[in-house]
Amino acid sequence: MGERFTLITGRTRKQAIGLHKGKASPEYREATSYVEMSPDDMQRLGLVDGALVQVHSVAGSARLTARTGTVPSGLVFVPMGTEINALIPAETGGTGMPPFKGLEVDVSRDDGGGETL
Amino acid sequence: MSTIVEPVTCSFCGCVCDDLSAEVDNSRIVRVRGACSSGLGMFTGYDPAPRKPTVDGQEVTWEEAVAEAAAILKGAHSPLIYGLSSTASEAQRKAVELADRIGAVIDSTSSVCHGPSGLAMQAVGEPTCTLGEIRDRADLIVFWGCNPDASHLRHFARFSLTPKGALTTNGRQDRTVYVVDVRPTGTTKRADHFLQVDVGSDFEVLTTLRLLVRGKEPDVESVGGIPVADLAELAQRLKSCRFGVAFMGMGLTMTAARQLNVAELFTLVSELNQYTRFSVMPMRGHGNVAGADQVLSWTTGYPFAVSFARGYPQFSPGEFSAVDMLVRQATDAALIIASDPGAHFPRAAAQYLSEIPTIVLDHAESVTASHAQVVFPTAVYGVDASGTAYRMDNIPIPLHKVIETERVTDEDVLQRIIEAVQ
Repeated sequence: MGERFTLITGRTRKQAIGLHKGKASPEYREATSYVEMSPDDMQRLGLVDGALVQVHSVAGSARLTARTGTVPSGLVFVPMGTEINALIPAETGGTGMPPFKGLEVDVSRDDGGGETL
Repeated sequence: MSTIVEPVTCSFCGCVCDDLSAEVDNSRIVRVRGACSSGLGMFTGYDPAPRKPTVDGQEVTWEEAVAEAAAILKGAHSPLIYGLSSTASEAQRKAVELADRIGAVIDSTSSVCHGPSGLAMQAVGEPTCTLGEIRDRADLIVFWGCNPDASHLRHFARFSLTPKGALTTNGRQDRTVYVVDVRPTGTTKRADHFLQVDVGSDFEVLTTLRLLVRGKEPDVESVGGIPVADLAELAQRLKSCRFGVAFMGMGLTMTAARQLNVAELFTLVSELNQYTRFSVMPMRGHGNVAGADQVLSWTTGYPFAVSFARGYPQFSPGEFSAVDMLVRQATDAALIIASDPGAHFPRAAAQYLSEIPTIVLDHAESVTASHAQVVFPTAVYGVDASGTAYRMDNIPIPLHKVIETERVTDEDVLQRIIEAVQ
């Protein structure tokens, strides 16, 4: 098992630009396939920029590229897009809104090898 | 020889910027002036070449596609109509008419965006204003749980930070800007003050602000990771400004308390009007998601998640919202208009959508369209079709046709389907 974090998703400029090029485009895929973490968390998990990580939630898992970002320790950010949907539960608490922010996830190093996305 | 077309309106995001111009050469847009990097692709990335509709991946005539779509919808026990936020209000109105005719559930992307803001508005009201009033008068701006630096790129320049207005003649110097968010962003770099709140603690912080505005002191050092002294300073500024505005985003609607977070902010803003003038405005994402709320509200009385199954409109988020309909397998056919839930919904909902008969109206290829039985490649409002979009402050803005193409509009296709299902 990995270490417990809180996940938020959100928009980025590159995600919007990639949207116009199509969701199968390399630009969109690169813009939506990473997880941003704090420098302290990256170091503690032994990660460098570009390392592959596995992110697990109660709904599923995703394989993403780790990036150092400005998020506080304990929080991870993933741009909205096709990759992150595997992690989002479909329960909406009677509102219609799935928990796209504030979701508990486990993040671990992906030691299975493979190329970065 | 190229020609300049103006005004051109971008309907990518809720700013609905209507001050653009385009250079058109041989029915192609070759350059757009004034567009941001997010909106530019709507014009320069669009291939307006005529495309035939498809049924099961095979090109067919429009008549055949309409007949197939009508057969799917008429044969369904519980059809779902979803999307709407990136089409014009004229098409949104037709979608409601179709939902009424076939007893469908109709929902927009509001349900996965500012749906909780709509619920909060119904519960406690929404003291709001126009973006023009904000540009001219507001001297205190609060961005709460939103990052317009990434999502609404011209918002700062046109409305909230730097424009010079009637009472804000010095532009940025005449405004104090706060950001409340869980992380530093591009927006926090533009602010005078950044209060970093712990994830999921917005409700407690807002309640504390209501307390402080009333002159009471909580007996704790900090709330939600923010020192009470900083909140007390903010409370004082909220009460003493000339005209304040709180812009709020998904940081409130997508975290645990959802509509309760938003209702607490709306209530705080309402109470601030005992001291000064204060408004609140949801940062609407898609270019005409506000229009979807408007059209559904005028025609059914409710802004999203509406069912016509019993022959009259019923409102029930959590029941008639698209994600819930799909994950409970409560629908057996879907009509998706200018949206891509197959790419943006939780996997369980998207998976079920890919398993039921689906009709898609969209100008571009999408994940949803790749699984659909019937696909109608339609025009883009504001590019090769005219229509209306509602800006985030609910002001209707005309979308002008920039180029002539042979593409039909969403409104045309929906009208043909309405005629075919009768």
